[in-house]
Amino acid sequence: MEKNQSRMQLVAMKQSFFDQGLLDEQFIQLEELQDDVNPNFVEEIVILYYGDSLRLISSIEQALKERNLLDFNKLDTLMHQFTGSSSSIGAKKVKAECNLFREYCRAGNIEGCMKSFQQCKKEYASLRKKLEAYFQASWVLGGSMPLQVKKIKANP
Amino acid sequence: MNLSNGKGSISTVTSTATMKSGEGSDQFPAGLRVLVVDDDPTCLMILEKMLRTCLYEVTKCNRAETALSLLRENKNGFDIVISDVHMPDMDGFKLLEHIGLEMDLPVIMMSADDGKSVVMKGVTHGACDYLIKPVRIEALKNIWQHVVRKKKNEWKDTEQSGSADEGDRHPKASDDGDYSSSANEGNWRNSRKRRDDEEDGDDRDDSSTLKKPRVVWSVELHQQFVAAVDQLGIDKAVPKKILELMNVPGLTRENVASHLQKYRLYLRRLSGVSQHNNLNNSFLSPQEASFGTISPMNGLDLQTLAAAGQLPAQSLATLQAAGLGRSTVKPGLSMPLMDQRNLFSFENPRLRFGEGQQQLLSSNKPSNLLHGVPTNMEPKQLANLHQSTQSLGNLNMRVTGSSTQGNPLLMQMAQSQPRGQMLSEITSPRVPRLPNILAQPALSNGISDGLLGRNGIASSSRAPSFNPVSQSSSYLNFPMNQSTEMSVSNFPLGSTPGISSMTNKGSFQPDVNSGIRASAGFPNYDIFNDLHQQKSRDWGMASQGPMYDSSSHANPLHGNIDVSPSVLVQQGYSSSQQPGHNRDPSLIGKSPFSLGEGLDHSNLQNGGQHFNPLIAESSTRVKSERVPDASSQTNLFPDHYGQEDLMSALLKQEGIVQGENEFDFDGYSLDNIPV
Repeated sequence: MEKNQSRMQLVAMKQSFFDQGLLDEQFIQLEELQDDVNPNFVEEIVILYYGDSLRLISSIEQALKERNLLDFNKLDTLMHQFTGSSSSIGAKKVKAECNLFREYCRAGNIEGCMKSFQQCKKEYASLRKKLEAYFQASWVLGGSMPLQVKKIKANP
Repeated sequence: MNLSNGKGSISTVTSTATMKSGEGSDQFPAGLRVLVVDDDPTCLMILEKMLRTCLYEVTKCNRAETALSLLRENKNGFDIVISDVHMPDMDGFKLLEHIGLEMDLPVIMMSADDGKSVVMKGVTHGACDYLIKPVRIEALKNIWQHVVRKKKNEWKDTEQSGSADEGDRHPKASDDGDYSSSANEGNWRNSRKRRDDEEDGDDRDDSSTLKKPRVVWSVELHQQFVAAVDQLGIDKAVPKKILELMNVPGLTRENVASHLQKYRLYLRRLSGVSQHNNLNNSFLSPQEASFGTISPMNGLDLQTLAAAGQLPAQSLATLQAAGLGRSTVKPGLSMPLMDQRNLFSFENPRLRFGEGQQQLLSSNKPSNLLHGVPTNMEPKQLANLHQSTQSLGNLNMRVTGSSTQGNPLLMQMAQSQPRGQMLSEITSPRVPRLPNILAQPALSNGISDGLLGRNGIASSSRAPSFNPVSQSSSYLNFPMNQSTEMSVSNFPLGSTPGISSMTNKGSFQPDVNSGIRASAGFPNYDIFNDLHQQKSRDWGMASQGPMYDSSSHANPLHGNIDVSPSVLVQQGYSSSQQPGHNRDPSLIGKSPFSLGEGLDHSNLQNGGQHFNPLIAESSTRVKSERVPDASSQTNLFPDHYGQEDLMSALLKQEGIVQGENEFDFDGYSLDNIPV
């Protein structure tokens, strides 16, 4: 009973992600790939994404420190990568912000870059938080924890 | 708990298991061996999972270099490759070219970038498909079609080949390093052409008699064909005469006619493709951007062409160089580079001209390249030159005729150039790159110029083989000359697959282009096209020619040849000779294709200075070796130069190339060349 309720809540939670435009169709594709061989496929992918994006975000941040001497090409390249992986997991809003950033880059708009990057980070943080809550709930509901998470949990 | 799991995972699992057992023969496309290359770990993992779900055998790689070595180690270990466009260690298009040249596997490009130019780049570089990220599993389900298609085409080519080349393709690829690439290319080209022109050929053949079995144009057969065409001169090459010259029992005039048509198209394509910048990939790496994507075909073609008609190599190189604007002018290759540059630097007028030229060229007698150009070249070289010049000459000839720009000088230059230098240069290294070069719009003009220039310059400055060049050197004054110089140096660049060679010294490159421009209206394009075409054809077929043994270039591809410009030149020669011919150890071994790779880095360094010695050396060597080829090879550039294509490609590239050239032109200031 309770489990069902929890399950329904989980479903509702996920649905809200779609409704809010946080996630898009690609996420569903990932879910469809999940099977017995990879029961935690989606989560594993998302965790991979976290690692990747942290690296990229810090690189971009570093590059943005140049302030008025921004290397737009480099920024664009980095952001291109970030956009690519965000779109691979279906992070819709993050992707949108990334694209905005790239446009500012192409226009050479320093101010715009800074601002949109902040937005990117914000969206990313928000998505991450929500996804983590989601996955956690799913573990609680009986799903197995992906290996990576186990490790993380072991070493806080 | 898998809330999201709605699939019948169990069935997937089991089916995968069963699938694995069969190599896909019964359960095809299950078991298809896919290699995925992407630096994004998230994407890589997703793709792997998706492909596994499609029941394919997946190998993932996050670096292009790793992927290449995997492919090289296990030639037949994969059926298809999927690669990302933007990768840190190597551009995806470059990888694409390498794979196309060395392994001839179908390659699918993917990127989050769906811009038209990028997709076009994929097309010109020979990608068989382009996927936009995020990739959906539905898009992956059908990738097997590319494998089937390719095999089907190859099969067709081999099936009815007059010579027993059936197994040649594969064995060639694996056995003869040199041959393989050319063989593959040839096959590839053939298959493509076949595919494209199949209908026509069929119709023709069928109409004349009852359904004849399709003749498979094996490498040898094609080489004979090219030799015959060269001998006759691209203008005069009529099927009947070609048939007579070839003297192959069982071959009909119709076969030859349809093949000739394809050959022309191929040449044309070469020139058109050269626009594709990916010269880098095969030849000119550095110039990639500027050159646009030279479809793999081009690369192949160039090589083939280069191999086939020494000339083309040079032209190719020039073209490439020109296009690429690379400084990696290698002494030997300089020509090609120059050509490329020429092609690229050629301005629109040239393109226009090229168009006209093309027509002209094809019509003109190719043999006139040597017109007016005192051929100091040694007989052998001359022969080679002749061949190449023929094609070039035709181009040039025509150019002069048609173009008001009147590059008579160019013509001469071209003539002289093709001779020694061009031939060697173009053929060898360039071949793969040629396409790129051709693509460069600027090149078209420059190419012819470059070719000429190179030859002229090269010869004059360096080795006797470049004798013809000396003549042209006089021309150097005009834009062509400049390019010639450059081309010489650039030459090597062109050939190297990595094209970075083009950048080789860099000094040349820029000049080359400018020089090329000056040539104005030089049909460089055409030459280039022809070269390309020839090359590609030749590659496959020319294996014999010492110039560019297809094998030779096959080899190079495999190994990243650190061919210095001179090497590139050598390649042309050596390739023609035999794979084993490595005159220059560094050079020879590497076929034009690989040249690019190696060249990009080390060899290119030769810069202008190096080239000279290299060129001289290579030319010398080439001469001795080439000679045999020259005759056999006969013109890499059949008269099919797609001048128009070249021109346009060149023109397009022009802008790009120009900037990139950083030739250290020795005393030649292309800048002065009036475009």
